[in-house]
Amino acid sequence: MDLSAPKNSRTIGDVTAPNPVFRAREVNVFYDQKRAIHDVSIDIARNEVLAMIGPSGCGKSTFLRCLNRMNDTIPAARVTGLIEMDGQDIYDKRQDVVQLRARVGMVFQKPNPFPKTIYENVAYGPRIHGLAADRAALDEIVQVSLQRAGLWDEVKDRLGHPGTSLSGGQQQRLCIARAIAVNPEVILMDEPCSALDPIATARIEDLIDELRASYAICVVTHSMQQAARVSQRTAYFHLGELIEVGLTDRIFTNPRHRLTEAYITGRFG
Amino acid sequence: MSNSVQQTQARVAASLRRRYRAERRFKLYGLLAVLLGVSFVLFLFGAIIAQGAAAFRQAQVTLDIQYNEDVLGLAGERTPEALATADYAALVREALRARFPDAQGREGGRAALRLVSNSAAHELQRRVEVDPSRIGTGERLTFLAGADVDQFLKGKIDRTLPEDQRPLSDQQIAWIDALREDGALRLAFNRGFFTNGDSREPEQAGVLGALAGSMYTLLVTLVLSFPIGVAAAAYLEEFAPRNRWTDLIEVNINNLAAVPSIVFGLLGLALFLNFFGLPRSAPLVGGLVLTLLTLPTIIITSRAAIRAVPPSIREAALGMGASNLQMVTDHVLPLAMPGILTGAIIGLARALGETAPLLMIGMVAFIVDVPRGFTDPSTVLPVQVFLWADSPERAFVERTSAAIIVLLLFLLIVNATAAVLRRRFERRW
Ligand SMILES: Nc1ncnc2c1ncn2[C@@H]1O[C@H](COP(=O)(O)OP(=O)(O)OP(=O)(O)O)[C@@H](O)[C@H]1O
Ligand SMILES: [Mg+2]
Repeated sequence: MDLSAPKNSRTIGDVTAPNPVFRAREVNVFYDQKRAIHDVSIDIARNEVLAMIGPSGCGKSTFLRCLNRMNDTIPAARVTGLIEMDGQDIYDKRQDVVQLRARVGMVFQKPNPFPKTIYENVAYGPRIHGLAADRAALDEIVQVSLQRAGLWDEVKDRLGHPGTSLSGGQQQRLCIARAIAVNPEVILMDEPCSALDPIATARIEDLIDELRASYAICVVTHSMQQAARVSQRTAYFHLGELIEVGLTDRIFTNPRHRLTEAYITGRFG
Repeated sequence: MSNSVQQTQARVAASLRRRYRAERRFKLYGLLAVLLGVSFVLFLFGAIIAQGAAAFRQAQVTLDIQYNEDVLGLAGERTPEALATADYAALVREALRARFPDAQGREGGRAALRLVSNSAAHELQRRVEVDPSRIGTGERLTFLAGADVDQFLKGKIDRTLPEDQRPLSDQQIAWIDALREDGALRLAFNRGFFTNGDSREPEQAGVLGALAGSMYTLLVTLVLSFPIGVAAAAYLEEFAPRNRWTDLIEVNINNLAAVPSIVFGLLGLALFLNFFGLPRSAPLVGGLVLTLLTLPTIIITSRAAIRAVPPSIREAALGMGASNLQMVTDHVLPLAMPGILTGAIIGLARALGETAPLLMIGMVAFIVDVPRGFTDPSTVLPVQVFLWADSPERAFVERTSAAIIVLLLFLLIVNATAAVLRRRFERRW
């Protein structure tokens, strides 16, 4: 398969990126017979935030979940096409799913901390992957992760409290801390702010912007403002197809496809 | 417009009254149902406790025993064989004759001896064999009274009946009254009920053998059915592919839960006793049979508990790069544990009360010795209840109820342990 530029792609805009982490080519996802993703090709670059927008049910979550093979957990889901991470086909038989998920962190729409202490929530990943040699190293990882997630000052005195006792916004930042504790290369976020108020949302957006320095980030969002604020590139999905990709500034000021324009101007969605 | 709003409000108000009435009616029915249930329970417990309470006290008689060599028929011999065959009951008889000079002749002696349990003779034999120098001396000892005396003291035998319609003669009743007069015969706490095994003599019969048998059996059941059941449930829920085979297994597990328990007893008889040659009447085999019986219950309830764990927790764990097994052991099972424990307790409580399948594997035998291990012949509490309820002697009636009380207490302890464990595992998410 030709990786440089898909020829018969109907997507408007340049789907390629220099030195990408992820390369998806002609990806289709089926739920039983129903095709949820049609021939999507896109690159995800390092140190950038890619926003995925589109009306509800267009397949944003489905595509995102292909990237860390979370779709494997849905028996009905079937993925075709090619997805490469650092040149390795992640759907190859030799690819270990557990290892892939350690490299590709995920933050979910609804904050889902483990029903354990704040400390244990963050320490869980490093512990199962054997990242900390001793207790002191683990403490260090927990502290650094919570600091990077901007939660440390709020919880440093109550690390032994249950993670579920935090507010929704704090829980979501805890989930981000948990994801970055295993030092992934990519972080996938599926509507990370949809359950949060504007202040908590602003904090998470700042956080995403900071994290961009170290990770590639994919954010699914329903908020056009959020996409415009945090992302460098934007991908617009419609009914399972990738309609248009481009630099965020360009997409929002000068959409080329009429569906993109209709969506970002609020005529449907 | 405002007219229609008023109409709507009037209709709502009218329907409100109807709805509240329906709710009050429903609450009343609910309350009645609860009251009915509670009154049945109270009646049942009240009846059992009223009947069984008497068994916790037992008539005891104090006698002055003279270890008379001639009465024992020893004639100077002290060999173990001679000591073992000496007539110890005669010592009791003579002690009674010394107290009641009218107990003469064979008839009188036998009537007097009926006042004291035959365990007295065994007790005396034990004392002499431990220390033969007792022969020629005397001492004051307290023995179990005979079962009829015990029943008489508890008011279960009516002295106003004609003599030939009651188990005690006028003469015996006179002796009993005399003994009571000077405090030699009284009701005391029945320790033997908790320290003895079963016996043909009601006054010597205790519940310890059955209790120990129940504990050994339940331990085997718990140790086998809990891990196997939880592992099977976790496998079926989290690992097994969904196909015709797993559907078949699922249907079969549900069917097994509905199989009458006696069928499991037959299976145990054929498999464990006849095929594997395990010992008959043993708690090990009983536990194995009850494991078969409780497994479906534990598997079904554990699966329900595992299924109730929110999918978001699984996604969180998998998203972190946990393997399936880590997801299950670190997150799903701890969260499902309260539900799993509930299921295990329901299963174990049922196992504790099972009688029928244990009859099939011989745990219904009359066993005097308290079992000391998993392969010793033994019985269990419900079977003991069944055996005593079947006995003709009057004095077994109260023991039957007392054994039920012990069984219920045992059940209560098992349930309370589970409740404590469940509280410890319960967490919010
Ligand atoms: N587990 C599933 N089984 C079957 N069909 C599914 C499943 N998950 C999603 N779908 C279908 O796939 C399509 C895409 O769903 P997806 O969740 O990816 O949409 P989305 O863009 O994330 O929507 P939203 O913005 O509402 O989250 C939808 O038509 C949906 O019905
Ligand atoms: Mg979605």
